[in-house]
Amino acid sequence: MDIKEIIKEENIVYKKTSVLTDKVMHYCPGCTHGVVHKLVAEVIEEMGLQEKTIGVSPVGCSVFLYDYIDIDWQEAAHGRAPALATGIKRLMPDKVVFTYQGDGDLAAIGTAETIHACNRDENIVVIFINNGIYGMTGGQMAPTTLPGMKASTCPFGREPGQDGHPLKITEIVAQLPGTTFVTRQACHTPAAVRKTKKVLKKAFENQINKRGTSFVEVVATCNSGWKMSPVKANEWMEENMFPFYPLGDIKDI
Amino acid sequence: MAKAKGAIVVDIEKCKGCSVCVSACPAQVINLAAEVNDKGYHYAYMENPDNCIGCANCGVVCPDTCITVYRAKPVTA
Ligand SMILES: Cc1ncc(C[n+]2csc(CCOP(=O)(O)OP(=O)(O)O)c2C)c(N)n1
Ligand code: SF4
Ligand code: SF4
Repeated sequence: MDIKEIIKEENIVYKKTSVLTDKVMHYCPGCTHGVVHKLVAEVIEEMGLQEKTIGVSPVGCSVFLYDYIDIDWQEAAHGRAPALATGIKRLMPDKVVFTYQGDGDLAAIGTAETIHACNRDENIVVIFINNGIYGMTGGQMAPTTLPGMKASTCPFGREPGQDGHPLKITEIVAQLPGTTFVTRQACHTPAAVRKTKKVLKKAFENQINKRGTSFVEVVATCNSGWKMSPVKANEWMEENMFPFYPLGDIKDI
Repeated sequence: MAKAKGAIVVDIEKCKGCSVCVSACPAQVINLAAEVNDKGYHYAYMENPDNCIGCANCGVVCPDTCITVYRAKPVTA
């Protein structure tokens, strides 16, 4: 069939959701943040939640998230997104409230807020992007940095005896009675992206059904920080991140 | 004779040439162009348009949502 015959409005099977703004994202080429932003926007569109959703954006590379998804937003101080989301959801229980946070934000400076929100059964969705480093500030070691993984503040690789052990915060929050759904996904292949979208939808549905905290980790690449091409970073993530941060549901009640 | 069932349109100026769509395509349709866009990135284009099956894998993985995917409806006689 001629291409001109195929490229017609009625044949569209995939296009940008209108919940994403037209703003060009500031991320480096290949950054996982862009993929997850898009999935969140698609889920909001498909569930008809655009007028009802309030996002809480973090400090980190995704600090400008409020420019990219066309919903209401509040910008949190570094690590405080779950506390802010708690306040918003308690004051406006009819809204759908989620946080979107990096590993530095959620698992370092914001550890207390993360754990206590999850332990209080807060009826919110927490989206956790784990790229193993502080992307925005220059690729410093994060609590999630793997043993032996190089970062700008551990140029010879993280040494657990000296630098501490990587923190599996997702496994920690899964143990708390306040969480209903805790899962770890990735976006390195089309199948993985489709799966991540499915769990995000489930997390939002849980909130609508007043089921407590849903926590979605996405193991992500920061190819600039890791100093690799985007495609190589995906391969490196599969080989190195997934054995330590295995994908799948950790808790689903 | 062209046997394409699908086709993509890339928003060339938005594309950052990250190449993840190239790896995600099961039919080796996409490659990065020799030319660059206004930002200086080698943008994605259909190098082998005849192979496209319209599976949307490329669109799904693109971090910058640059790709619109089309799939022809099966012809019913
Ligand atoms: C109170 C405070 N402390 C430190 C910083 C500096 N800072 C900005 S972003 C960031 C870490 C971001 O890393 P992460 O949360 O992993 O997100 P990424 O950039 O990797 O997506 C830090 C430490 C800050 N902005 N505010
Ligand atoms: S995935 Fe998107 S940004 Fe990356 S090369 Fe393909 S079209 Fe361009
Ligand atoms: S729609 Fe499928 S076959 Fe066509 S270019 Fe995209 S990934 Fe390749």
